Amino acid sequence: MCLGIPGRVVEIKGENAKVDVGGAERKVSLSLLEDASVGDYVIVHAGFAIQKVNEKEALQAIKLFDGFAGKGK
Amino acid sequence: MNEERILLAHGSGGKLSHDLIENIFLKAFYNPILSPLSDQAVFASPAGRLAMTTDSYVVNPIFFPGGDIGKLAVCGTVNDLAVGGAMPLYMSVSFIIEEGMPVEDLKKIVRSMADAAKSCGVTIVTGDTKVVEKGKGDNIFINTTGVGVVKDGINLSPSFIRPGDAVIVSGTIGDHGMAILKERGGFDIPVVSDCAPLHELVRDILSTDAGIRAMRDPTRGGLATILNEFADSSGHAILIEEEKIPVKEAVKGACELLGFDPLYLANEGKIVVVTSKDSSERVLDAMRKNPLGNNAAIIGSILEGSVTGGGVNSPARPRVLLTTAFGNTRVVEKLTGEQLPRIC
Amino acid sequence: MKYIDEFRKKEPARALFKEIEAISKKEATIMEICGTHTHSISKYGIRGNMPKNLKLISGPGCPVCVTSQSDINRIVEFSRREKAAIIATFGDMLMVPGSFSSLEKERARGADIRVVYSALDTITIAKENPRKEVVFYAVGFETTAPTVAATVVAAKKMNLKNFSIVSLHKLTPPAMRALVASGNINIDGFIAPGHVTSIIGAKSYSFLSNEYNLPCVVAGFEPLDCIYGIYMLVRQINEGRHDIEIEYKRVVTWEGNKKAQAVVNEVFEAADAGWRGIGNIPGSGLRVREGFSDFDCEKRFDMGKGESAEDDLKGCACGMVLKGLVAPPDCVLFRTVCRPESPKGPCMVSSEGTCAAYYKYEAGDFLRSGAYE
Repeated sequence: MCLGIPGRVVEIKGENAKVDVGGAERKVSLSLLEDASVGDYVIVHAGFAIQKVNEKEALQAIKLFDGFAGKGK
Repeated sequence: MNEERILLAHGSGGKLSHDLIENIFLKAFYNPILSPLSDQAVFASPAGRLAMTTDSYVVNPIFFPGGDIGKLAVCGTVNDLAVGGAMPLYMSVSFIIEEGMPVEDLKKIVRSMADAAKSCGVTIVTGDTKVVEKGKGDNIFINTTGVGVVKDGINLSPSFIRPGDAVIVSGTIGDHGMAILKERGGFDIPVVSDCAPLHELVRDILSTDAGIRAMRDPTRGGLATILNEFADSSGHAILIEEEKIPVKEAVKGACELLGFDPLYLANEGKIVVVTSKDSSERVLDAMRKNPLGNNAAIIGSILEGSVTGGGVNSPARPRVLLTTAFGNTRVVEKLTGEQLPRIC
Repeated sequence: MKYIDEFRKKEPARALFKEIEAISKKEATIMEICGTHTHSISKYGIRGNMPKNLKLISGPGCPVCVTSQSDINRIVEFSRREKAAIIATFGDMLMVPGSFSSLEKERARGADIRVVYSALDTITIAKENPRKEVVFYAVGFETTAPTVAATVVAAKKMNLKNFSIVSLHKLTPPAMRALVASGNINIDGFIAPGHVTSIIGAKSYSFLSNEYNLPCVVAGFEPLDCIYGIYMLVRQINEGRHDIEIEYKRVVTWEGNKKAQAVVNEVFEAADAGWRGIGNIPGSGLRVREGFSDFDCEKRFDMGKGESAEDDLKGCACGMVLKGLVAPPDCVLFRTVCRPESPKGPCMVSSEGTCAAYYKYEAGDFLRSGAYE
């Protein structure tokens, strides 16, 4: 019930932003976020950014999973 | 023609109809078979087996990045002939126009068709025009019939497909589907429709003299539907690998955003070929040398025997299996209904 | 694609499957309660890689599926009656079979029903058609509700006079409570939906731990997120803990998105709601507040109660599937009569539905035999 995709904010105009996912851009409302800047990653759901991606946590998660990859062989 | 918009009278057979045909259609499509504007086109029958196809084009929007309904109508018809191994020769074109359609738009579409026909070497030899009341037609519908000839020795059919055969796709999938969706609004990608005539690519493929079993162009319903048709017609299951299927990054991104699957998106300039295993590299090379086949790739193979699926209640039928980039193998069904954007 | 591809790598998955196998010593049943989780788990073959003593079941996680039959009938009937109105809906709702008709059938009969991707699209339609009433069928859980609330607030600011919504929104924690309190289903832990929780905050599940001694892990939706979330939950179950943990830390916090919560509270209030298969759950729905009644279709029009109807059509096990009591292959209609092209219930129609996920991705025996691994 939550198709939400992480995308990068590439442009902001007032309460709206253009968000890029792999080269596809969509206009998205930022009205549910306290603040957002160009370059931030946000989760897009039904035309709105619903949360910012905490990149520090993201990188830690990636590191954790890559750590498991070593053990999988 | 002075009118800005198409009127009902343009379809009634009188003076305005005549003006329309002379000034727009004949002017663009001019050739000796068409020019008498008879009720029928008469031409010498070419030697060899004839191939014939018919199609209707109802795409909305009628103008999209990479083409329009006119270019689509010509290329689509040519391609249906080409994938049967036929050299396209002649076409008929039937227009059903909605009252009020801007004449400029019609001129653009007709120009597109003329250009496409010229580049394909196909002649538009006969046609028809009807106009329906405003609200009873979606701008314009185009119906075509195409006639081509199949050289001796060319025999393509899914019934020739054998276990071990290779499955090749000629390039990136989902471009046309995404271009149409983009035009309907909501998002932007640097992707245009792949609408193109494929007869020369087919000629290059067939000239390798290799064990080509069958070819299809994956239009509505996408790659998944074509592969299912091959499986059903041949009686053999097919295994494809996700990582080998060419998809543009931006198409992947748009699919994520909208909840679509590129396997089910429409294409208008791609071919799926099944060839014998031994000839697959040779065919791939030939395809890659053609500008429309630069990104051709071997994406899978035909399996031994049919594969029954589902549980107790599911009828046995050959299946299309996909090994995902993630490493699991799952079934790929035909498209049912429309792909609708998911939110949830 | 950044922050997507990295969570779909296969090598970590293989290792994680082994870890789960290693630590899972007890028989356990865990429930996920989100259609997107159901979809991911089926699509990436995760179910087939679980240890024999671990059962993964799906709960009422599909917002379209849990909409009661009488609500479906009500909105279908409304679209048939109000031919002059423009009805906007998310795609999934179009083909859900009501007792007598569906939105798709009414569209073919002349109703102006349009599919939108975002609630905001509906405002555009309302602005472009000032002389027509535009009604939006608002379906979705707590991820979608803020987007609809923000849309209503925007409509009020613009002084739109021809726009209203039918709120069919449902809330997740009350449903979890109802399932656990019913005692019918043996659940040893929950995988909680990542995006719902990004809004409501992981604290919303504290009651599971405090009142029912049940562990809960909030997981993301990429395959590695799902698998690691399951791993964290299995670890808790086997260590005898019952904490609320977050796997999806890059998006989910304890408190959630306060701004989104505020806009939902501004427009909506909690109300009782009927769920397919479960019946009435107190405080599990959202009703438009008095202050926004101009935008509440139920106040502007007489929508009636909807033909009261048995939730499920004959033989359809949707209600049981939604409670996790039955898996789709156990339903006698599954694959025989009930298919995506001829769905007998919403669980097959909706792309988030459990039956749709199983049909599309889990084709049974021959895959499990390992023949094509």
